[in-house]
Amino acid sequence: MTPVLLLQVMALGLLTGLVYALVAAGLSLIFGLMDVVNFAHGQFLMLAMYAAFAVHAASGVGVALELPLVVLLLFVLGVATYRGLIARALGVATNRGMVQIFVTFGLGIFLTGAAQFVFGGDFRSIGDGMLANRSLILHGLHLPLAQVAAAVVCLLAFAALALISRTEFGRALAATREDREAVALIGIDRNRIFALGWGLGCAAVGVAGVMLVQFYYVSPNVGADFALIAYVTVALGGFGSLLGALVAGILIGEVEALTALLLEPSLKQVGMFAIYLAVLMLRPRGLFGRL
Amino acid sequence: MLRLEGVSAAYRGLPALRGISLEVPAGAIVAVVGANGAGKSTLLKAIAGLLPVSGRIALDETRLDRMAAWRVARHGVALVPEGRRLFPRLPVEDNLRLGAYARRGQPDRFAPLSLVFDLFPRLQERLAQRAETLSGGEQQMLAIGRALMTQPRLLMLDEPSQGLMPRLVDDILAAVVRIRAGGVTVLLVEQRLAEALSIADHAHVLQTGRVVMSGPAAAIAADSAVRRAYLGL
Ligand SMILES: Nc1ncnc2c1ncn2[C@@H]1O[C@H](COP(=O)(O)OP(=O)(O)OP(=O)(O)O)[C@@H](O)[C@H]1O
Ligand SMILES: [Mg+2]
Repeated sequence: MTPVLLLQVMALGLLTGLVYALVAAGLSLIFGLMDVVNFAHGQFLMLAMYAAFAVHAASGVGVALELPLVVLLLFVLGVATYRGLIARALGVATNRGMVQIFVTFGLGIFLTGAAQFVFGGDFRSIGDGMLANRSLILHGLHLPLAQVAAAVVCLLAFAALALISRTEFGRALAATREDREAVALIGIDRNRIFALGWGLGCAAVGVAGVMLVQFYYVSPNVGADFALIAYVTVALGGFGSLLGALVAGILIGEVEALTALLLEPSLKQVGMFAIYLAVLMLRPRGLFGRL
Repeated sequence: MLRLEGVSAAYRGLPALRGISLEVPAGAIVAVVGANGAGKSTLLKAIAGLLPVSGRIALDETRLDRMAAWRVARHGVALVPEGRRLFPRLPVEDNLRLGAYARRGQPDRFAPLSLVFDLFPRLQERLAQRAETLSGGEQQMLAIGRALMTQPRLLMLDEPSQGLMPRLVDDILAAVVRIRAGGVTVLLVEQRLAEALSIADHAHVLQTGRVVMSGPAAAIAADSAVRRAYLGL
């Protein structure tokens, strides 16, 4: 193994990791805000990928159009999921925890089925987009342009989330996270904050999905793999921590890439889960968790 | 300004307020006193919209009963609740600024900050400190400060003296007097009878969810039968 190969693999791990990080950030944002795990998170990613694919097929304009449309769609979907399902699930009198789990779990199954129905089971990708099949060559490293673009856009989305958290709305989000009852005393409607939180978390997944489908194949089941990685990333980074999601996403990307290189490609998830178990045993609240 | 007519409320079928009628005139300090479990906190929660109630609660012409708590707050009713309910991991500054959240877009929304710092200079020295690391007295100041940031017309305080040493209690009550002087009407629930009645204009004595006596604060303070019968003193 040459140093260049090692660097090449690590660069790709970083690029992939940044996408993982953003998917995890969306999940973490919602969990941190209201202690609800969105078990349909992977399916939202899948939906974003298909939506970008559909916009591409219909318009051919490219990622510049796909990104705003799909992100808006996912934002609306997130708000609607909160208003239509989660808010009701929070209001039930008995077995609230179970209801919360199954409502998003069921939504995920429904979305997978719906995608199967609409798009069929074939793997699809935007193979002819303007980012496809081009590479950036940097000091002897070959970096696929679509992956570089994905990493950059995901990083920008992180920056946007960080900026939002410094706005007045971000402060209201933090306050609602702290005490969802007390915010009413200062005139904050927590349902509105929760709905916008879901919108933001899903919009983050929308960004990741659009960028991902530029180089990765989408199928009705694609969400499951990414969701699993996202859950591990959130646990590793610490529930509710934006910085944690970023660091953990990159870490998972690297570990996955390096296990594939050093051990065996089919084992690439083993290293990731080994780290996850180590974190659970040594630091259960995750790297940046505040629990 | 605030008028309650036949207000009742219950926790899982157990009545906690039984047909309360009372009035809080604009510009007054009205005290509500009574033994533990009399329903004082429940009364404030009912006004704040945190509990379903029957009966009628009106702020001037606006019906507050059946209004969501966050809307009641936007109508100018601020509650400093039992236990303060600050945002513990947020800094003092954010806790204060959040009080003005509902007035986003209004240029003067942070104007009450100067009053808050004037009343409680200690808060200004601790802006970057997390609320949870404040002392009990400072937390009470912050809770009142946060409520003032909403620019309330009616400020409701639930046992602001709880857990504070006597000197701080005097400071807090002195602040309440100054707040009223600034045009805010105050509804005060207190265990410390003498202190509360000394700053109040009117008082209502609560016993097991009913108003059993109302009158000028001085008269209630002077009535030793009241003190024995209803306050267990
Ligand atoms: N969340 C609740 N669930 C059930 N019962 C409650 C609840 N809160 C209060 N109660 C009951 O309602 C009655 C009135 O309680 P409340 O807290 O209003 O009394 P209080 O006058 O504020 O007492 P204290 O001086 O001890 O604060 C009590 O009998 C209490 O047990
Ligand atoms: Mg009480």
